[in-house]
Amino acid sequence: MIDLIGLVIAIPLVAAGVNMLAGKRWSRGAGQGAGWFATGAMAASFVVALGALLQLLSLPATERTQVVTVAEWIRAGATSVSLDLRVDPLSITMALVVTGVGSLIHLYAIGYMEHDARPWRFFGYMNLFCAFMLALVLANDFLLLYLGWEGVGLCSYLLIGFWSDRPKAARAAKKAFITTRVGDVLLMLGLFVMFMHFGSFEFDTVLGREGSLPEIATGTATAISLLLLGGAVGKSAQLPLHVWLPDAMAGPTPVSALIHAATMVTAGVYLVVRSHTLFEISEVALTAVAIVGLSGALYGGLASIGQYDMKRALAYSTMSQLGFMFLAAGLGFYPIAISLLVAHAFYKALLFLASGNVMHGLHDEIDVRRLGGLRADMPWTAALFAAGALSLSGLPPFSGFFTKDAILEVASHDGVVWAYVLGSLGALISAWYIARLFFQAFMGRRRYEGHAHEASSTMRAPLVVLAAGGLFAGIVLAFTPEGRLATFLEPVLGPIEEGHAGPSTAVLIAISVAVIFAGIAIAWRLYRPANEDRWISFPEREPGMSGALGRAFYVDDLYGWVVGTVGLRGAAALTRFDRTVIDGAVNGVGRLATWASGLAPVWQSGKARRYALSFLGGGAALLLYAVVRI
Amino acid sequence: MRTPIAYFLVLSAVLFALGSAGVLMRPNALRIFMGVELQLNAVNLTLVAFSRMHLELDGQILAFFSMVVAAAEVVVGLAIIVAVFRRTSTVDVDRASVLRG
Repeated sequence: MIDLIGLVIAIPLVAAGVNMLAGKRWSRGAGQGAGWFATGAMAASFVVALGALLQLLSLPATERTQVVTVAEWIRAGATSVSLDLRVDPLSITMALVVTGVGSLIHLYAIGYMEHDARPWRFFGYMNLFCAFMLALVLANDFLLLYLGWEGVGLCSYLLIGFWSDRPKAARAAKKAFITTRVGDVLLMLGLFVMFMHFGSFEFDTVLGREGSLPEIATGTATAISLLLLGGAVGKSAQLPLHVWLPDAMAGPTPVSALIHAATMVTAGVYLVVRSHTLFEISEVALTAVAIVGLSGALYGGLASIGQYDMKRALAYSTMSQLGFMFLAAGLGFYPIAISLLVAHAFYKALLFLASGNVMHGLHDEIDVRRLGGLRADMPWTAALFAAGALSLSGLPPFSGFFTKDAILEVASHDGVVWAYVLGSLGALISAWYIARLFFQAFMGRRRYEGHAHEASSTMRAPLVVLAAGGLFAGIVLAFTPEGRLATFLEPVLGPIEEGHAGPSTAVLIAISVAVIFAGIAIAWRLYRPANEDRWISFPEREPGMSGALGRAFYVDDLYGWVVGTVGLRGAAALTRFDRTVIDGAVNGVGRLATWASGLAPVWQSGKARRYALSFLGGGAALLLYAVVRI
Repeated sequence: MRTPIAYFLVLSAVLFALGSAGVLMRPNALRIFMGVELQLNAVNLTLVAFSRMHLELDGQILAFFSMVVAAAEVVVGLAIIVAVFRRTSTVDVDRASVLRG
């Protein structure tokens, strides 16, 4: 199946085209043909990826990097770039997440989009997104990776703005596109420097073959790594390019789940982990990754606490979780970063889709102040959301524990105390914000009117699978002897170097659990049903704090001020300069010519005898000239 | 003894100057015309004089051409003057200044 890996990309790509051309025919009336077709394509792609995984597992660990040449892509003079796909433990893990979680979200979206006027376009974009994302993760060189990188950015734009008749969605789409573009330009510059140095984009050349380090000076490696990190920061919504992610929630919820939780935003983490040999050369770059991650983890968590919009809260939570992944990568625990990425894909998609159920059942109501007590009307959704919340919070034995808390544990063993302490603070905040959402939305008094209808079976089934994954993927991937993810990834990412500093593992687990319970306890104290009026009136009582949290420390407002006020004033000043100085010079030349041409007609008087005198004078002058010259 | 060339040239210069004065000093189109004819014939005189000096016929031939062209020019010019007179009842060239800048 490894030879057929191209199909993993080709199936969704072709399905996207077919759906956009013919899907309208299948979706007439209440038909859901486009949705089922797209879901089938994703499932087929998943099966192929699964087959490739099984074949990869049958090979010895040292031969688990296979490169499949699909075609020659670009030939320019002596340079030739072939379209190569790389199947190794890392890329196949990513491909399985994309196709697996992707299939489930597609299935969910059939029900979610049932009332939409143009589902074929939606599913076409979704499939196209998956194709680009798979190209990104299966690429064997940075060029194809970049193609996928830009492609997913485009699809993200199209899908955030899918309801283009809503000004909010259209604005959010533009914002996402432009903000991530800042990062994309940095990534592109990084690739330029890379090509200048290596003359190639291929992973083997740039990143070194297994075991060997790339041949490059520390300074150049730092430059490339930091530029790649810039790209990752844009795509993965980390500080300071995170502002697009919360607004991107204006898109349909399956999009938020697939693109802005499970897959696209993790591309930045994938990029850093994939290029880890380059980052390792430079202490600066690796530290920068860790700092970006830690600050994102704390900032996202705090901002999430202040959100009343469930999806925005989850978006900040995603930022926080991605921060943990960057922290793990920055500390050199790449397999843990990937484990967290996989587990997060499950439980964050689950949380988003559960909040999608709430929106679907309550006519797009998403503000927790107008929800409450949903447990009674939506028992399934409440249970599924709780499962996602448990996984995220990191209580043993659920996924978050084996991934997020693993980062803290290894950090402590390696003696990186600052990462451990601040990371634990992040874990506390994570438990706090996710428990808050559950208490506010699903418990207490009903604050909405009418009946919230529970989601249909096609919208519940994928959530059950995601919940199982979210709850138990961690334990399966951490402990099963053959399936241990860290061991599987070792040929690509190397072993985790675990020290023996600090307290023992048992003590650390106890501390973790205590921290998480503390977070849940804070949430319960503040947001328990009996306390409802107090937290709902919190913005009136504490406008300063509520504003700071709710507006995520005013970063967005700062950008608005810089671009909107300062930028516009600067532009106005430049316009004035253009109007007066530049236009003045241009118009001045014109006026000068007009004035000068006003003098000339004096000559052309219309008096024949003056002309005759001119002739005579001219002739005499010529004669005189001739005489003088001789 | 042959008459020196200078005599002819001086005579033709005087004729040319008289013709020029006639062109420049009179607004009447017919007088201007006469001045132009005088200038033309002054030039013809130099042509013939130089022709004799060099003992070649080129100058004389050119003088004949000049006369023929002058005759044709008189035809066209007089026609224009008549047309202008019919239109404006005057042959004053200073009045005919429609094409001024």
